[in-house]
Amino acid sequence: MRSQVHDQVLSIIAHEAHRAPEEVRAEMTLEELGLDSLGLVEVIFAIEEQFDISVPFNANDTAQAQFDISSVGAIVRAVERLVSGESPAAAVA
Amino acid sequence: MRRVVITGAGTINALAEGVSATKTALAAGRSGIGALQFPDVERLNVRIGAQIHDFSPQDRFDLGKLALYDAFTQYALVAGAEAMAQAGLQSAPDPARWGCIIGTAGGGHGTANDAYRAVYAQGKNRVHPLTVPKLMANAAPAHLAIRHGLKGPGFAVSTACASSNHAIGLAFQMVRSGMVDGMLAGGAEAMLNFGGLKAWEGLRVMSPDGCRPFSADRNGMVQGEGAGVFVLETLDAALARGATPLAEIAGFAMNCDASDIVMPDQDSAARAITGALKDAGMAPEEVGYINAHGTGTAANDRIETAAIRHVFGGAADDVAVSSTKAMHGHCIGATGAVELVACLMALQDGVIAPTINYGGSDPDCDLDVVPNEARRAQVGAVLSNAFAFGGFNAVLALRTI
Repeated sequence: MRSQVHDQVLSIIAHEAHRAPEEVRAEMTLEELGLDSLGLVEVIFAIEEQFDISVPFNANDTAQAQFDISSVGAIVRAVERLVSGESPAAAVA
Repeated sequence: MRRVVITGAGTINALAEGVSATKTALAAGRSGIGALQFPDVERLNVRIGAQIHDFSPQDRFDLGKLALYDAFTQYALVAGAEAMAQAGLQSAPDPARWGCIIGTAGGGHGTANDAYRAVYAQGKNRVHPLTVPKLMANAAPAHLAIRHGLKGPGFAVSTACASSNHAIGLAFQMVRSGMVDGMLAGGAEAMLNFGGLKAWEGLRVMSPDGCRPFSADRNGMVQGEGAGVFVLETLDAALARGATPLAEIAGFAMNCDASDIVMPDQDSAARAITGALKDAGMAPEEVGYINAHGTGTAANDRIETAAIRHVFGGAADDVAVSSTKAMHGHCIGATGAVELVACLMALQDGVIAPTINYGGSDPDCDLDVVPNEARRAQVGAVLSNAFAFGGFNAVLALRTI
């Protein structure tokens, strides 16, 4: 069953990509959705505001980032971990 | 066309106050980056910067006038006074024929930050009555003009990280063309406050732990602050009044990517470098040093390397390229002016400032970046690169005189 976090993250990404939420699938990349580097930081900002968390992400360091942005599904899982408090970085906020 | 020289230089930045002390710090590879100190800094995720400490404006300026001076104006006045003194001038020799252009991205950013804090956070219903003339971006050139009697053209130029190079380049063109006889030109920035840094944090391009340009382990930029101001005049006028030219500004080029608002563009950067060389009548082989934009972001350093390789071809392996931002931080609108001090050091003193914090080679940044230690070299010509948000590029070319 899909989590509430899943639906909310999809809704945020869809909004930034100017798509309907049902058009956004877990295996899609942000690039496929037409989101560039600025679109990405807007997605992260919206996620932080929605869930009241701090997302550890540096655009210079995407390979080593603690926040996986490789696909929509990866972002959902990363947000679920942050919301559940699994990642120590979530405490930074 | 008239030849244009620099006859005075002044700076204040996190490394030092004054050109001489700044050169010493650059040659020693010192870093001015440390823990930021200002109200609410504990609420930031990125808490490092190249901040000017122990400045004490109340000991430097008339208290009646200080109410009009934001920190960026104060820095510009300090740098301007040093430059004019070195040029042997109290005020402009012919006021109507001398002017001032200062580059700044944030203008009186600290003043705006304080005023917003008063009305939003503290719930006050009034701000200081001089808030507007204090925060306006043209306050710095205006107070330099008042102080030194510059009654010709004057304005502020704002092109983010290229502001200083645009200011100096425009002043150069105005003196060269005969529109004016002399200019004070440079940049000033003072954005290190809670609101300013909080805004930068959002872009996710800042390093939490240090500036490492061209290094494989680089992870972003580190903000700085300060000013650099230079006296520009014709070679003939300088010699006629017995002034000592420090270097010749030989060429300048500027253009726009007209594409992405933040991502740099290799072709435009290369076009700006080529344009400056052409304007100066300078062959790539003549250039001994390039002060790179070198922000320490993943994108800039890779694209700047490719642009230099494209323009210089085989000569790219023979030119020293360093980014001094790991020392004085990214001074945004003031950065090109502070970096011009490193260019003068190469031309006048034969010392090339290093790229400090260099930890390992990145195949995408495979230039001679003068890692970690300054180098002695005979340098006859230099370039100074600036590539700004907005896609605005501005490159200066200088020669020994």
